[in-house]
Amino acid sequence: MVKKIMTGNLAAAWGAKISRAEVIAAYPITPQTIIVEKLAKFISDGELNAEYLRVESEHSAMAACIATSQTGARTFTATSSQGLALMHEMLHWASGARTPIVMANVNRALAPPWNIWADHTDMMSQRDTGWIQFYAESNQEVLDTIINCYKLCEDRAIQLPAMVGLDAFYLSHTSEIVDIPDQDIADKFLPPYKAFYPLDVEHPLSVGSLAMPHQWYSEFRYKIYKSMEKVIPKLNKIEKEFNKEFGRNYTGSLDLYQVEDAEIILVAVGTVAGTVKDTVDYLRSKGLKVGVIRLRLFRPFPSEELIKALKNASFVGVLDRSFSFGNEGQIFSELKASLYQTNRDPLIKDFIVGIGGRDITTDTVKKIYENCQKCLKNKKIDQEIEWTNIKV
Amino acid sequence: MNRAGIPIEEYVCSGHSACPGCGALLVLRYVLKVLGKNTIVTSPACCFTAIAGMFPDTCMEVPLLYNAFETTAASASGIEAALKIKGKKDNTHVVAFAGDGGTADIGLQAISGALEDGHNIIYVCYDNEAYMNTGIQSSSLTPMGATTTTNPIGKEAGWKITPKKNMMDILVAHNIKYAATVNPSYPIDFVKKVEKAKATKGFSYIHAYSVCPTGWRYQPELGLEMGRLATETGAFPLYEVENGKYNITYKKKTKNVLEYYKLQGRFRHLSEDFINDVQAYIDQEWQKLILKEECSKK
Ligand SMILES: Cc1ncc(C[n+]2csc(CCOP(=O)(O)OP(=O)(O)O)c2C)c(N)n1
Ligand code: SF4
Ligand SMILES: [Mg+2]
Repeated sequence: MVKKIMTGNLAAAWGAKISRAEVIAAYPITPQTIIVEKLAKFISDGELNAEYLRVESEHSAMAACIATSQTGARTFTATSSQGLALMHEMLHWASGARTPIVMANVNRALAPPWNIWADHTDMMSQRDTGWIQFYAESNQEVLDTIINCYKLCEDRAIQLPAMVGLDAFYLSHTSEIVDIPDQDIADKFLPPYKAFYPLDVEHPLSVGSLAMPHQWYSEFRYKIYKSMEKVIPKLNKIEKEFNKEFGRNYTGSLDLYQVEDAEIILVAVGTVAGTVKDTVDYLRSKGLKVGVIRLRLFRPFPSEELIKALKNASFVGVLDRSFSFGNEGQIFSELKASLYQTNRDPLIKDFIVGIGGRDITTDTVKKIYENCQKCLKNKKIDQEIEWTNIKV
Repeated sequence: MNRAGIPIEEYVCSGHSACPGCGALLVLRYVLKVLGKNTIVTSPACCFTAIAGMFPDTCMEVPLLYNAFETTAASASGIEAALKIKGKKDNTHVVAFAGDGGTADIGLQAISGALEDGHNIIYVCYDNEAYMNTGIQSSSLTPMGATTTTNPIGKEAGWKITPKKNMMDILVAHNIKYAATVNPSYPIDFVKKVEKAKATKGFSYIHAYSVCPTGWRYQPELGLEMGRLATETGAFPLYEVENGKYNITYKKKTKNVLEYYKLQGRFRHLSEDFINDVQAYIDQEWQKLILKEECSKK
């Protein structure tokens, strides 16, 4: 085990290296560039035995990744924001083709106006593409989740791609101490990739052809639905093994902080959870019963786990770092839908925070908790959706 | 191998659903005859993928990967890269097989990228001169004067005024090692050129004339004759470019374009004046081609 000080971008590159990715097809975009630069360097230094495809766009990057994966190579790519949006068509293709590609996505806002800072619009917009979606809180988690993703995605029961989100700059360009897993142990944990139906001249198959309405199309899609249902139990199992091998303590789809007896629980995604946890510590020292749930996984959506974790809460505040125009924050929508048809009916409010990288400080979070407290006292929310720290 | 030197093996079998007289499958058959069993094909949305068979059936006896419309070159590069890392590239050919729309329009960027990135693939464009799969819309390879569903003849002249994009020159500008035009009406020339592509280390390009009786509106049994006329009139010249050197492989441009155009419904509306313009354009391009060949010799 080696500890190094590294940024989230380097952690992502190390994740792909320790996983022994065999092909990387990628296109540069701020703030992701360092991931692909580092991988290219690993390859040219002979530290990683892989092919690097210098494609001419993100659309081609994902198209190439699909083909490499279908030919039987473990495949990695990384992108961000506009790049992820450009991949959209191919993201559907990757899951439809059941390719276990793993991708790091540096979460960044979309233009216009141009903005390279953190928000989750890029990945939230790809919610329905059939990709497993993780959001990390630390650089260590970025590295570890990439390794775990390969194990998860390549499992016969899953066979789906996954993206790991890391917040622009808060992780991508911030250095932390990261523990790099031993290659030997990692190799045992994650054996070489074996595609079930690779392109092979000895066993010719036509892959991805036409399926008529009365034939198999619906069944192919149904099978994706069924595989997605198996992701959370599989993840729990994989992480248990990972924790044991590498001395970590990942807890599956959710990261719970002080929720057991909490009256007010905030639900958050990504790095903001760290700020919220600090604020929880402070408010707890003042005697307030507050907690936070961090969603590590957004697809599949951990409904059951959330319902369980919220069972004692009287008030739920959702921190959405993205927005579905014409409706509300995406996590808010999904959480409300999860609570429907349970007999739980906590007060629930959506806080839109950190759009385009606007800073979320402990003060911001304190104010949010205060607002939740006030609403709880009045047994009524003041407004369903609140854009915090807005100047207009 | 038959007496003309054309392999008798077939890798496209019966059971596909192409229109009678379709050129696309003929092109693919000749390509695969030369490349043989150790070949992987990737193909985008186009007539070919629609007719190759519905899941779980296929007319292909070599692996076929379906890809998205604009991604053929990227998909082929991916296959090549994966074969390389798996130590299998040396004995496997990777063929990108796409229509004119998937090549000259929506897929052009990916071709440019893959070619420059030095991938060892054989890119075959079967040029039926329109988007046939979606119902005969114009592409940038639809010839001057043709009517399509997006160049409809109305009260005003609606036919396509602009000539075909010169794909060969676009690829030559990328310093491609080997590029050639082929025509199934000239099978010996066709096979020789695919053999050269097969021997090329790096990206090679085959631009194949591909008749489409449905889209061009002529009797399906006239396909081979149509092909001969296309080349004899200079509407589809046969040549190759090897490391920048042009070589015209069929020099007898003996016929007037009218002889070719008059057999096809898509040109029926044209006036004599416009046909003269087409003739002038073809003559000028032919002269340019001859000059390119002469320069190559110096
Ligand atoms: C992104 C995208 N845009 C449009 C289409 C619709 N589409 C499918 S095939 C096709 C035309 C194909 O034309 P060409 O490449 O010339 O092949 P042909 O059908 O003529 O053989 C079009 C427009 C698509 N599949 N994907
Ligand atoms: S429309 Fe033309 S290209 Fe398509 S299958 Fe029919 S003949 Fe072939
Ligand atoms: Mg076409």
